[in-house]
Amino acid sequence: MKGNRLIVIPLFAALLLLPFKGIQAAVIMFITVSAGLMLISFLRKYRIPEGFNKIKAGLQIITENSSIKNSIIPLMMIAFLVSPIFLKDYYLDVLIISGIYILLALGLNIIVGFAGLLNLGFAAYYAIGAYAYAIANTKFGLGFWPSLPLSAMFAAIAGLIVAVPALRLRGDYLAIVTLGFGEIVRLVLNNWDSLTNGPNGITEIAPPSLFGFSLGKLQHYYYIVFVFVLLSVFIIRRVELSRIGRAWKAIRENEIAASSTGINATKYKLYAFIFGTFWAGIAGILFAAKMRFVSPESFTFMESVLMLSMVILGGIGNIYGVVAGAFILALLPEVLRGVHDYRMLILGIGLVLLMLFRPQGLWGGHYRRNKKCSS
Amino acid sequence: MLLQQLINGLTLGGVYALIALGYTMVYGILELINFAHGEIYMLGAYLGIIFLAFFTAAGLTATSLPIALFLTVLLTIIFCSAYGFAMEKTAYKPLRNAPRLSPLISAIGVSIFLQNYVMLTQGATDKVFPYKFSSAGFQFLNVNMTYLQAIIIAVSALLMLLLHLFIQKTRIGKAMRATAQDKTMASLVGINVDIIISATFVIGAGLAAVAGIMVAAYYGLVNYYIGYIAGIKAFTAAVLGGIGSIPGAMLGGIVLGLVESIGAAYISSEYKDAYAFIILIIILLIKPSGILGKTAEEKV
Repeated sequence: MKGNRLIVIPLFAALLLLPFKGIQAAVIMFITVSAGLMLISFLRKYRIPEGFNKIKAGLQIITENSSIKNSIIPLMMIAFLVSPIFLKDYYLDVLIISGIYILLALGLNIIVGFAGLLNLGFAAYYAIGAYAYAIANTKFGLGFWPSLPLSAMFAAIAGLIVAVPALRLRGDYLAIVTLGFGEIVRLVLNNWDSLTNGPNGITEIAPPSLFGFSLGKLQHYYYIVFVFVLLSVFIIRRVELSRIGRAWKAIRENEIAASSTGINATKYKLYAFIFGTFWAGIAGILFAAKMRFVSPESFTFMESVLMLSMVILGGIGNIYGVVAGAFILALLPEVLRGVHDYRMLILGIGLVLLMLFRPQGLWGGHYRRNKKCSS
Repeated sequence: MLLQQLINGLTLGGVYALIALGYTMVYGILELINFAHGEIYMLGAYLGIIFLAFFTAAGLTATSLPIALFLTVLLTIIFCSAYGFAMEKTAYKPLRNAPRLSPLISAIGVSIFLQNYVMLTQGATDKVFPYKFSSAGFQFLNVNMTYLQAIIIAVSALLMLLLHLFIQKTRIGKAMRATAQDKTMASLVGINVDIIISATFVIGAGLAAVAGIMVAAYYGLVNYYIGYIAGIKAFTAAVLGGIGSIPGAMLGGIVLGLVESIGAAYISSEYKDAYAFIILIIILLIKPSGILGKTAEEKV
């Protein structure tokens, strides 16, 4: 690193902060940034990053080695299965929310990861799923289980309604239209008072019940969410490996090439939207049943960004990576409880750094080709 | 009534157009939706308030208001441009050859960062613009156009005119047009593409800064999340006019401002923010290239 950069960059950073926080903060900024830069140049000089690479290679061996992988997954399953016995309610609560986020991230991953269609309004389908149950339950007295297909269906239909026109667009434009749809849904939920009770939201939603037993305890929700997560991983994995999954990936890699091999790109993109939003609907009903309260505030653009961050963090297109990414980001607020105000700031910086240094995500081998698919 | 709404819409439209120019110029050169551009506008509003409060405390506003306002605008432009410059260098430049998704995510990251940066340093409550402009104005045909509205419309028009002359007449402007057409060819004929891209961000940020101050003065209140919705609306304006086209962004901004204020007055003000999205979706579905945009054939 050139000598003058050690002065110029910290000075610049300090000046940018100056009007917002005053001289003292600017001086601290200057010192921190220059110390950080010196540390980086020191690390580079002594080739410490290469040491990191060795650790990374070691981790790679562990994750790629199927016998280790095969023994880890059942162990984790057992751990998750028995954990409600030991865990406090607070931790169960966090795990339930994580599970709902995993469902959302898996659904979004179908659209973004498999089919390569950027969606910035995924919270809208989540909201539709949640409100479908909230309204069906409070206005029509429908229970959880009959509402389940209803919620999923409403979300999937919304996905279809957006997808049919939007799929004529490419890349960034598609992202913006989905974002626009997300905002419109939120505005409608906020303003359609007679149906959604506006910004106050819908309260007193019934918990699920089975054969007359109410499943309103946290442990019950935990197992319900757990089962849905397992089910979704299993089903999505099967679809990924099927003809449809291969078609999605072909479209993602190169739409024109895929079309010329006879794949009906529009049809498969529609499938991706319907299938992905279906899971958002399921996550929505679980959320509504768990919280027993829904309001538009839970479905903002930031939620959509959070879901996208989960998909990207874990490794876009890789189911297990996405599960891990969702889990990490859902737990992050609890881990960063001490610096709660800085949570979103850290998320923002984290997203930029992730794109700069590891755009394929933590576990994503860069669009790693699936062994079973490549033959 | 209608005329009054036209004036309100024109005021709003001028502001949207100024922000939209930043989107369209960056998109024209990098094909990147600079998601964090709305935050630069928000920074502009905050910096304007901070500097003007500083000058008021120093007594300059009381003795000579024009100088205080001028210095506020100047300093805000400089700082916002610096933010735009830093943003490009840190978050976008390293990703210039990455897949399309990466810079977009990075931009979202910058946007979240800047929002929370301002929230943490300035607090989450509304900030009040330290100078209250009088509600007096020109009276004609039963409508009232405040002096501030007149200033906003005039400043927007002037800046757009200057930008147009800059792009069309100066050497850097010519280099910008060349870079927008083809980056590789531009670098082959000796244009320093990096500097041109930086200049684009700096100019776009400067325009957004002015828009930010004017909105802060117009509404009197700002908050750290105003950048997101304004950014989306300005982006809509850019797409509406044809993204990549500078006159298109101006036209799109004004059309959007008019639609919004007329829609709020005659249809429903609750859904005011939704009009932009509905227009965006309709435009993208009917004529994705926008009003003044050219259709680009995809290269295989």
